[in-house]
Amino acid sequence: MTWVLANLDRLLSLTLEHLYFSVIPVVLGLVLAIPIGWAAGLRPAVRAVLVNVSGLLYTVPSIALFVLMPVVLGTQIRSQVNVFAALTIYTLALLVRTVVDGLSAVPSGVVDAATAMGYGRVRRFLEVELPLAVPVIVAGLRVAAASTVSLVTVAALVGFANLGSLFTDGFQRDIPQSVVAGIVLVLLVALVLDRIIVYVGRLLTPWTRVTSRPARAVARPASPEVAP
Amino acid sequence: MIEFVGVTKRYPDGTVAVDALDLVVEAGKVTVFVGPSGCGKTTSLRMINRMIDATAGRILIDGRDITEIDPAQLRRGIGYVIQNAGLFPHRTILDNIATVPRLVGWSKTKARARAAALMEIVGLDPALAKRYPAQLSGGQQQRVGVARALAADPPILLMDEPFSAVDPVVRESLQDELLRLQSELGKTIVFVTHDIDEAIKLGDKVAVFRVGGKLAQYDEPGTLLARPADGFVDGFVGRDRGYRGLGFTFADVPLGELPTVQLGAPAAPGWRLVVDAEQRPTGWLPGGLPAEPGNVVPGGSLHDVTSGTLRSALDAALSSPSGLGVAVDAEGRVVGAIAADEVLAALDRRRAAVS
Repeated sequence: MTWVLANLDRLLSLTLEHLYFSVIPVVLGLVLAIPIGWAAGLRPAVRAVLVNVSGLLYTVPSIALFVLMPVVLGTQIRSQVNVFAALTIYTLALLVRTVVDGLSAVPSGVVDAATAMGYGRVRRFLEVELPLAVPVIVAGLRVAAASTVSLVTVAALVGFANLGSLFTDGFQRDIPQSVVAGIVLVLLVALVLDRIIVYVGRLLTPWTRVTSRPARAVARPASPEVAP
Repeated sequence: MIEFVGVTKRYPDGTVAVDALDLVVEAGKVTVFVGPSGCGKTTSLRMINRMIDATAGRILIDGRDITEIDPAQLRRGIGYVIQNAGLFPHRTILDNIATVPRLVGWSKTKARARAAALMEIVGLDPALAKRYPAQLSGGQQQRVGVARALAADPPILLMDEPFSAVDPVVRESLQDELLRLQSELGKTIVFVTHDIDEAIKLGDKVAVFRVGGKLAQYDEPGTLLARPADGFVDGFVGRDRGYRGLGFTFADVPLGELPTVQLGAPAAPGWRLVVDAEQRPTGWLPGGLPAEPGNVVPGGSLHDVTSGTLRSALDAALSSPSGLGVAVDAEGRVVGAIAADEVLAALDRRRAAVS
């Protein structure tokens, strides 16, 4: 505890760094995954390729991806862009699949009805399909956020300070308190992000929480036939 | 007016859903497409708003070829109601109904005001406005579906088996409601169903399709019942064709004397009809019993002389416990008795007059 109090400033700044490295790739990944997922839904062949490629990307070891990024992107070896790009790729790998699943779970009768009402393709996507896919996307986003928060720690190995630095530091200098504090804070960051996603998801989907019991107030009955 | 001119829909695998269909849907009338599954009735309907494009032939709306119109634009001018309503689960009832007005650019306030007015028109409790579709019963959802289709006041309404997923009692009230609405609105309605009774009840004209997308007969319901074009139509129209045909035969039936009585009267021989102070029937009193509520027997159907058909006249006679049908005026007041024999005699006279 004394160690924590003595290092409070550093812990706080590392936590903020960590949040910075986590939130941006998750948001970027989501923003990119939505149009990609939509495009994937248009043609079964495109869908198969995208889902498989994105699944494959997730299996590339993170440390390798961090090191590889400057080669692929032509960025400086010390550039933050490398971390953002690598983590965005992981988020994408998880979310493209999720977006495709979420969109294909929208009842076809509803999409049909929207088309028949006179929705154009883009507007139908934004106003009908995407909102209805939100519950599934939120579930995938929670996984992606937790995964990213954990992957960010690896970036400490290639020289970007974040809560992962507490592991490397604590290990090299034999300070177990540092490692424990790192684990607790990473969990905390993951938990906070998860709660935020759940909360925003709830704000966006009020209709999922209504009781599906038919309303008591019934339509006015048609004039009953009077029988003598 | 909607015209099908040699319209064919053939799928890439060679299946022919609709085969050289020629048909004119009259403006302001209800036209029902009916037939067994796989007869192309739904495909024909969905070609009208270009949800499906025809392989050959042309469809004209008021003389204009629909392929010349942008599909989204075309659809905004054609109301569409489907089975299970197809409501948007994430929108409130009010916003579901306001969909098309919003699409064509009305302000939110104006669209919602229109939606609220439509809830009134289709008989939905205003308290439901803020609910979501999942909170409504099937029948209520279907009403919302109809309201949504009517919201931008389109001249044409397409209805694809809209009432087949609700129970028979609700279905009947939805059908009555549709007929009432139609009598006020006078839309051009194309209605698809596999239920011949529904077709005959709702249609001004009925198109019977056979498997393979061929039109078997296109006629008024009375003609369909009286003179089916072939064995297929005869079989499809089903049992009790003669009796149901009476529903389209209008003739005057001479009314007989009907002994009436009010509650509190002493016993007397023979059946008597119990009426209230306004001469409206409340039930039958068997002979030899005083007119007390406990002795009153529920009656049969009523024959409204201003709108009734021979079917309702005959049914009134057959369903009455006394054997005498009760004829009423438009206000529901008793005007006389109907004997089954008189109905059949009226039918004979009508046959003689027509032939």
